[in-house]
Amino acid sequence: MELILVNLIDGLVTGLLLFMLSAGLTLIFSMMGVLNFAHASFYMLGAYFAYQISIALGFWMGLLIAPLIVGVMGAGVERYGLRRVHQYGHVPELIFTFGLALLIEELVQFIWGKNQMPYEIPEVLNFTAFAIAGNSIPAYKIFMIFISIAIFIGLLYILTKTRVGMIIQAALSYPRTVEALGHNVPLIFMGVFGVGTALAGVAGVIAGPVLGTFPGMAFVLGSIVFVTIVIGGLGSLWGALVASLLIGWITTFAKSYNIEMEDILNGIGIATPEDLSENLFRDLWALTSPQIADILPYILMVLILIFRPAGLFGKRHS
Amino acid sequence: MKKITKLGAVSALSLIIGASAAFAENVRVAFIDPLSGPFAGTGTNGLHQFEFAAELVNEAGGVLDGDKIEIVAFDNKISPKESLIQLQVAIDQGIRYIAQGNSSGVANALTEAIDKHNRRNPDNRVLFLNYSAVDPALTNDKCNFWHFRFDANADIKMDALTDVIAKDDGIKKIYIIGQDYSFGKAVAAAANSMIAEKRPDIEIVGDELHPIGKVKDFTPYARKIVSSGADAVITGNWGADMLGLGKSVIENGFEGPIYTYYAAADGITAAFGESGKGSLRLVAEGLINPPASERAAEIYSAFKEKYPDGNVSQGRIFNVIEMLAKAINQAGTADDVVKVAYELEGMEHDGVWGGKLKMREVDHQLIQDVHIHAHTDENITFDYDNSGFGLVAESTVTMASADIPTTCEMKRP
Repeated sequence: MELILVNLIDGLVTGLLLFMLSAGLTLIFSMMGVLNFAHASFYMLGAYFAYQISIALGFWMGLLIAPLIVGVMGAGVERYGLRRVHQYGHVPELIFTFGLALLIEELVQFIWGKNQMPYEIPEVLNFTAFAIAGNSIPAYKIFMIFISIAIFIGLLYILTKTRVGMIIQAALSYPRTVEALGHNVPLIFMGVFGVGTALAGVAGVIAGPVLGTFPGMAFVLGSIVFVTIVIGGLGSLWGALVASLLIGWITTFAKSYNIEMEDILNGIGIATPEDLSENLFRDLWALTSPQIADILPYILMVLILIFRPAGLFGKRHS
Repeated sequence: MKKITKLGAVSALSLIIGASAAFAENVRVAFIDPLSGPFAGTGTNGLHQFEFAAELVNEAGGVLDGDKIEIVAFDNKISPKESLIQLQVAIDQGIRYIAQGNSSGVANALTEAIDKHNRRNPDNRVLFLNYSAVDPALTNDKCNFWHFRFDANADIKMDALTDVIAKDDGIKKIYIIGQDYSFGKAVAAAANSMIAEKRPDIEIVGDELHPIGKVKDFTPYARKIVSSGADAVITGNWGADMLGLGKSVIENGFEGPIYTYYAAADGITAAFGESGKGSLRLVAEGLINPPASERAAEIYSAFKEKYPDGNVSQGRIFNVIEMLAKAINQAGTADDVVKVAYELEGMEHDGVWGGKLKMREVDHQLIQDVHIHAHTDENITFDYDNSGFGLVAESTVTMASADIPTTCEMKRP
């Protein structure tokens, strides 16, 4: 029973981390209609910058400065890269971001090398906050939860309660009209892109010490972020949040409990075949939930696309 | 314009000819390992160690009548298919010695291809110097006369590890976790059977495989390990999977020893730092701390001088080059690899990092001392990753598993 509570907390941490990545991506996607393949690369840059800054100025300055640098870089990419490619259509944009992702990975390897970086949790947070039945919950995880929730509330407030947010929302759905009303839509796009990548940067800064800072970190997280925004519904902040948490909890619980396919099949009334080694479906029978935990989100995405193509909270029907 | 092109072509050609003339005296060793992609770090580090070891031999006069050993690097991107292409390129260049280590999958492909090549082309046979691929099958079912393994294989390491575990009465429950592929499975199988044999009272509370290189967050696995009440963890994980698992297990409250194969160097030692102290153990050949001899210490210092960011993480590489040089000298030729192979077979040698080495005739598995190391910052002469932390030998099994049975039926030319 206690383990359920522990897993809920772990899943929450994973989910919120995913949310910080997908929140930026979903805004960018709905705005430009293009998947930013390099989004996870900005997450990686955040971790590396923060590591470099933390050596000189400590973790907290890293948390403050690194996302800013990443955000400025993101805005620069939009202003001088994507905007120029935009006129040629979506495919060149897609290829541009794809190339950018490869470029950033090579660049990171070139500067920092291919090894893991010793990016550490700050001393003040390096203790056990509390323990549930022998399972300690590190204080850093609590810190991660608070940071992500603060960011979510902040974003939600800006997008729904402020004038800037309303213009952004309007620009997302009717860019021409907003432009005709005298607003600088390209500037808004650049701003959203910058903030989106900065959010990815924040995620990198706080995830780097726990998930490892290495050149493959963008690749590992890259595809799951896209799955998240498709499940949540493109352009929806709430959707991104719900989908992230859903994925966080599903994968955590699937890994924590050894649910065997045999038990499930037996449970729904299919008897185990006598001789499994000769059986056509022997791999299916031998499956356990930790083995398939990481593909469950993809299965969920396929189901969502079939039954609710716009995503859980999606509004666009194009 | 045309003239310039011609001039360029001619000078390039003469350069090539000049270069190959210079190489003619050298004994070349093809190093086929990943030099790009996710495992490039490990590959590059290995290449540096090979080059440095060759330099040592060359400075001491080289082989035969002053011939130099030269390492020629080939990038295989850790793909078996790419490796076979590179092997062919190396053979076409007239290289007789192939060194490879990263991934048993690649080693399996190479040993098969080399066996086939040598049968079909008796005039330009090659030898396979396997310095790191530890799948037991390579010196058992899949053994051949051309393959020599200089690392202790997975079974030998597990044998040493379980000897140590068997002596620790505090360990009653063990959790085994590894990557879901041939090596991870070999480790799990060896751990299960050897623990059952040496300490039948120990309960295996978990035996689990996770996808290789795909796990973002090891927390759920760590929770399972903690709640299983395990006293110790055994894992064959390497690279990012090792670091992720180890950090997560320690952070989430596991306090027992974590027995590993590869939790050191290439950034891993630095990343674990203080948190790994007291829990991380590593089974390997090659004694770094305390240095086995003055010579070993000198070699290590010289290596650090040349590669300040590098580590001697695969000490066996130095043994590969020394034993190869010795075999070539004893055979009196570097071109007739059959003669060299017969010299290597059964060779006894004083290891660069201490202890005796013996290349078993029956399966070409090098028998050597295996150490159980602890990750710590105390009594470290040579640290890893310039982190102040490193490995100190806690216990040593001399000539580990010298009589381990093998299913190898070697056919000799």
